[in-house]
Amino acid sequence: MAENYVVEMLNITKVFPGIVANDNITLQLRRGEIHALLGENGAGKSTLMSVLFGLYQPEGGEIHMDGKRVEIRDPNDANALHIGMVHQHFKLVECFTVLDNIILGVEPNKLGFLQKKEARKKVVALSEKYGLLVDLDALVEDITVGMQQRTEILKMLYRENEILIFDEPTAVLTPQEIGELMQIMKNLAAEGKSILFITHKLNEIMEVCDRCSVLRKGKYIGTVDIAGTTKEELSRMMVGRDVKFAVDKAPAQPGETVLKVSGLTVPSKVHHNNAVKDVSFEVRRGEIVCIAGIDGNGQTEFVYALSGLEKASAGKIELCGRDVTHSSIRQRSKAGMSHIPEDRHKHGLVLDFPLEDNLVLQRYMEPRFQKGGFIQREPIRAYAEEMIGKFDIRSGQGPVTPVRSMSGGNQQKAIIAREIDLNADLLVAVQPTRGLDVGAIEYIHSQIVQQRDLGKAVLLVSLELDEVMNLSDRILVMYEGEIVGELDPKQTTVEELGLYMAGAKRNVGRKEGAAS
Amino acid sequence: MKKERTLWNDGTKTVAASLLSILMGVVFGGVLLLVVALCLHMPLSSAWEGFRIVLAGVFNTGRNYDAGSALTFGINARLVGDMLFRATPLIMTGLSVALAYKTGLFNIGAPGQYLMGTAMAIIVALSLDTTVIPAFLVWLLAFLAAIAAGALWGCIPGAFKAYLNVNEVITSIMTNWIAANLVTLLFDGSQFINNVDFGKTGYTLKTSTNGVATAKMGLDFGGGNANAGFLIAIVFAVVTYVVINKTTFGYELRSCGSNKNAAKYAGMNEKRNIVLSMAIAGGLSAAGAALYFLQGDVEFYWHTSMTLPATGFNGIPVALLASCSPIGCVFSGMFMAYLTISGSQLSTFTAYNEYIANIIIAVIVYLSAFTLFFKGLMDARKKAPKGGDKAAAEPAGRGTKKP
Repeated sequence: MAENYVVEMLNITKVFPGIVANDNITLQLRRGEIHALLGENGAGKSTLMSVLFGLYQPEGGEIHMDGKRVEIRDPNDANALHIGMVHQHFKLVECFTVLDNIILGVEPNKLGFLQKKEARKKVVALSEKYGLLVDLDALVEDITVGMQQRTEILKMLYRENEILIFDEPTAVLTPQEIGELMQIMKNLAAEGKSILFITHKLNEIMEVCDRCSVLRKGKYIGTVDIAGTTKEELSRMMVGRDVKFAVDKAPAQPGETVLKVSGLTVPSKVHHNNAVKDVSFEVRRGEIVCIAGIDGNGQTEFVYALSGLEKASAGKIELCGRDVTHSSIRQRSKAGMSHIPEDRHKHGLVLDFPLEDNLVLQRYMEPRFQKGGFIQREPIRAYAEEMIGKFDIRSGQGPVTPVRSMSGGNQQKAIIAREIDLNADLLVAVQPTRGLDVGAIEYIHSQIVQQRDLGKAVLLVSLELDEVMNLSDRILVMYEGEIVGELDPKQTTVEELGLYMAGAKRNVGRKEGAAS
Repeated sequence: MKKERTLWNDGTKTVAASLLSILMGVVFGGVLLLVVALCLHMPLSSAWEGFRIVLAGVFNTGRNYDAGSALTFGINARLVGDMLFRATPLIMTGLSVALAYKTGLFNIGAPGQYLMGTAMAIIVALSLDTTVIPAFLVWLLAFLAAIAAGALWGCIPGAFKAYLNVNEVITSIMTNWIAANLVTLLFDGSQFINNVDFGKTGYTLKTSTNGVATAKMGLDFGGGNANAGFLIAIVFAVVTYVVINKTTFGYELRSCGSNKNAAKYAGMNEKRNIVLSMAIAGGLSAAGAALYFLQGDVEFYWHTSMTLPATGFNGIPVALLASCSPIGCVFSGMFMAYLTISGSQLSTFTAYNEYIANIIIAVIVYLSAFTLFFKGLMDARKKAPKGGDKAAAEPAGRGTKKP
């Protein structure tokens, strides 16, 4: 007990109507360590951090800092105690420069006049000390997500925070940026800062953390030393059962061609170049083809053109032998294409609609759900009940639950249920497990493999290397809008895949003079 | 059972929020009367009288001059009838705004659509010979022509929005003024102007001069203005409700309104839906105009080039006060008409003028924009954020300790 804890949250209990979000949770943070807080969606991680940050008042328990009891009533108290937080969604003023954002709220001034020079000196010193590269004079709206995050970190450091909370910081980053962030976190810890790292990505915990506390359904499960544990043990603590990381699947038995894309070119919305350049490939029945690549290399535009959300400027798309290049979205859907969209809130769901209405989003006009233009409530409800049972979609009020109130994992399950039940020949799944915890990922992967085994063609688009390697039967690497490599996941390594994704290697396509 | 209960709760909250806006508006009106009384050195009892008229305008039966000129209250059938008549176009423009809103569009073009409907209704009603075509058929034709004109007028901003992504508010304001000038142009020097009565200028002939008038259908109310138009407005409200909530078309409209991208992703023709929604909204506004001017005894002031009809704009507060529920529009439309009548009673029987009633309406309109805000407050008090991981967004530190 004589250990030097910089922050101790002892027996914290936080109750919301109908739910105990934190049930007697104890979290002890040592000085200079990176401490992971692990748990599935809804386990109570963010609630606990909100208590520490003063956003919520707990019903029970105490917070100690350096052995003394403290009261944190609001974020200002937290700031005064040198506790800082990088939120998952950054809190930056888009039209301000990086420097302005860093000093916002604590601007140095003389008689009300800004003294930016001093501030700049201090910020430059900090950014050099910790290796936080930022362009101080760039506008936040112009810089990359990674740099925005570094700006947030500098904000905390500028305020001389000693305890840094990172709320799922890697969810929005590319693999490279994740690597950089891990290094930054190590530097910070080496300088004596104490870091609380909220995440559900086990690889990241294994890489940077010293210790890990696990929450499950609002309860404290335990704290372990990372050096003496494994991914498997952590996930067992988090989910409460064994989780398979490797996807269980038999070798693919590809059949006839379902999707044939030839020479597809899609103009970009942001620059004059084409976002997708002369892409050709085929997907056959009974195989999972994965388009891998770093975010922003044309995958999104490609999927938009494939699904009909946007027009291609050249090329041809054939679905089951039919030319659907110029077909509407509904015609493509009827011709046998289902699509799990990348952004479930933007495209996948009408958040204010109840679950049942979302489950029939493409099928409301089928004779079983409408008669003479009138929606038939009973069959829709029965169908929703069936889907909820079949795909284990959990929600507070069943079919009439507003989708907005459901957890991310269950929202995604609803989309997957809807798309799989369309029983289309081609399933296009774009980042189907984005932001989900291991339990949900395992389930969704098994569903996708099942579709393949039922003789569907699956086109997967993913940024997660693990997913690409585990799930696919064939990998196509997309780099700057072109397919630069075709790989067999059984014969390649993550490192090699990374080289293709970074554009350092290619084995298909033109060597020079690519379409401009 | 569980589901109906939550829906009921939500509906109750919406109604409560609207009532709260109304209450605050009325209280403000009372304070205003008091201030006016003090400033003009009038007895405070006059302010109290004014306040009573504001509250119970339609039930005011004048003053009893035999008993110290005390205000008398009771059932005033004529005023009730007037209220129903004035409510009719308000309900229709309210429906227009509400329907567009369900599709995610803000129909500020209701005044222009209303004007186009007015012009078409009057022109058709006055130009067809009722000795050849039966009057009720002329009425029907005028009504349909008005709807067609309004629908066309609604289509224009809708098409701009759908195909060129021009904000419907901007195009609606432009089409409003085009309508205002076009209508003046149509009537200027035409045969539909009343040049006879007492040197009145700028008014059209009443449609009853051609024998065209809305049937009473038993809604007599002591010879007041009420007629079957009110019933037609209720039918429209019910039909709008059914279309929005029970049909595949309404499902598409709501999907587009709630998440345009998801509607597109699901293969709905969101462009067509935007145009259709605006066309129907325009038709509803114009139908309101027709129901008002085909009453028979109403004259239309056709020098509209400098003004837009308030009834069109008032569709916005009617819809807001009803939280865009079609059935709610019937009640909020009647309420707005009620206050208008109160205003005219105020100027007739007290030293205060009807502008006080107008200010109260304005305050309520202003507050009705806060209806959603009030509702949000009630939600926040009822249930603190759920204990999910992402619930940390807002500081709910105070008083969350509720059983």
